[in-house]
Amino acid sequence: MSNHSCIEIANEWGIVSARQAGRELSKDIGFGSVDQARITTAISELARNIYLYTEIGKIDLEEISDNHRNGKARGIKVVASDKGPGIENLRDVMVDGFTTSGGLGAGLPGVKRLMDEFDIESIPGEGTTITTIKWLR
Amino acid sequence: MRSIVLQHMIDNKDHYIEQWRVSFDQLLFSRSESTIKPQYIQDEMKDEFVSVIFDTLTMDRHSRRAVVKRFVERLIHDGWIVSEFIMSLQKLRRIVMKDLSKHYDKDKFVDLSSELEDWLDEQITDLTTEFAKNHEEVKAIQKVALKELSAPLIPVFDKIVVMPLIGTIDTKRASQIMENLLEGIIEHRAQVVLIDITGVPLVDTMVAHHIIRASEAVRLVGAECLLVGIRPEIAQTIVNLGIDLGNFTTKSTLKKGVETALQMTHRDIITNEEPVTGGGLK
Repeated sequence: MSNHSCIEIANEWGIVSARQAGRELSKDIGFGSVDQARITTAISELARNIYLYTEIGKIDLEEISDNHRNGKARGIKVVASDKGPGIENLRDVMVDGFTTSGGLGAGLPGVKRLMDEFDIESIPGEGTTITTIKWLR
Repeated sequence: MRSIVLQHMIDNKDHYIEQWRVSFDQLLFSRSESTIKPQYIQDEMKDEFVSVIFDTLTMDRHSRRAVVKRFVERLIHDGWIVSEFIMSLQKLRRIVMKDLSKHYDKDKFVDLSSELEDWLDEQITDLTTEFAKNHEEVKAIQKVALKELSAPLIPVFDKIVVMPLIGTIDTKRASQIMENLLEGIIEHRAQVVLIDITGVPLVDTMVAHHIIRASEAVRLVGAECLLVGIRPEIAQTIVNLGIDLGNFTTKSTLKKGVETALQMTHRDIITNEEPVTGGGLK
C-alpha cells in the first residue's frame, strides 16, 4: 500500500502526533471535515487507551482500497496494538459508561460508532489489538 | 605548552583555511525554518565558522568556550542546524591528517593524530554542548510562555468572564484550566463563565470529561458555565461518542454566548434609536 505510517505511543505527546498523522492521511484520502474529525477523534481515543492502560503501544495508519465493494472503495485503516495487560471482559468495555479509570466510559463504544468497521482482539496478560476502518463514501 | 599539531596548524594557517574552505564549499549549511538559503549567506556563515575555529587555536579552553558560546548564540538565533558544522570539522580532520602523514614518520604520526583527535573532540563537544544548552534555555522560556497562554481568563462585562481555549488539551493543561477558572471566578466575582472551544481541534472523551468536571467545580463556587464555539464537526463527534452534555448550556458562537450571559445576569443589549436630525441625511 502506498500510504502507511506507524506512531509509537509512549507518552501524551504520542497521542498528539498520532492524531495529527491521522488527520493528514484522512485529508489526503479525501475525507470531508466531519469524517476527518471522526477519524482523528477515534485515533485519539485509541491512543489514549494505550497511554492510560499500557506501558507502550503503537498506532498504525494505512490507506486501503477494496475492489469487492461497488466499484473501488477507498478508506483508512487504523490499528491500535499494545502488549499491555489485555482486557478481561470484552463485553464490558463495549458498554457505554463502563470505566476503570474514572473517565466517561465512552471511549471504545464511541470509537465503534465513529468508524465503519471495528474489531477487537485481546488476550489477558498478552495485549490488545483493535482494528478499525472508515470507508470513503 | 601548545601541542605540536596545533602549532603546526597555526604555522600553516593560511594553507589550511584555504584547503578547508574549499572542502566544504559543496556542503550546504542548512537552517531549520527554510530549505533554500542564498549563497552569500552560506558563504558568510562558512567564513565566520572558519575564523572562529582558527582564531581560537591560540586561546586557552576557557576563552575559546566564550567565543564558541557567542557564535552558537548567533547560530541559534538565526536558526542554523549544528550537524553541518560538525561534518565540516570532520573534513578538516581529514585534511590535517593527510598532511601529517606526509610530514612525519609512522610512530610520530600516531601520537600527533591522537593529539588532533583530542583537539577536534573538544571542539565538537563545546559546539554541541553550547547548542544543547541554548536549546534547553529556549525551551524553558517557551514553556513558561506557553503556560501563561494556556488558560487565560478575560473579564468582558461585570460578572461575566471568558476563557478562550486554543489548541490541544492535555492533562497538565486541563488542571491549569480548572485552577484558573476557579481563581478567576472568585477574583472577578463572576456569575457566568464562557468557555470558548472554537480553537480546540478535537473534543474526545478526555477533553469532554475535563470540561464537564470544570463546570461541576464552577457550579460549586456559585457560578455557571456556558460552552461556546462548538463547530459542526465537533458537535457530530460528541454525539457519536455518546457524551452527554445535557446539563450544559451550549451556544454555537461566543457572540450568542455573551448575549445569553447578559440575559442570565438580567441585562440586555439595546440599540440606541437614531438621533433625529433635521433631514440632513439622505
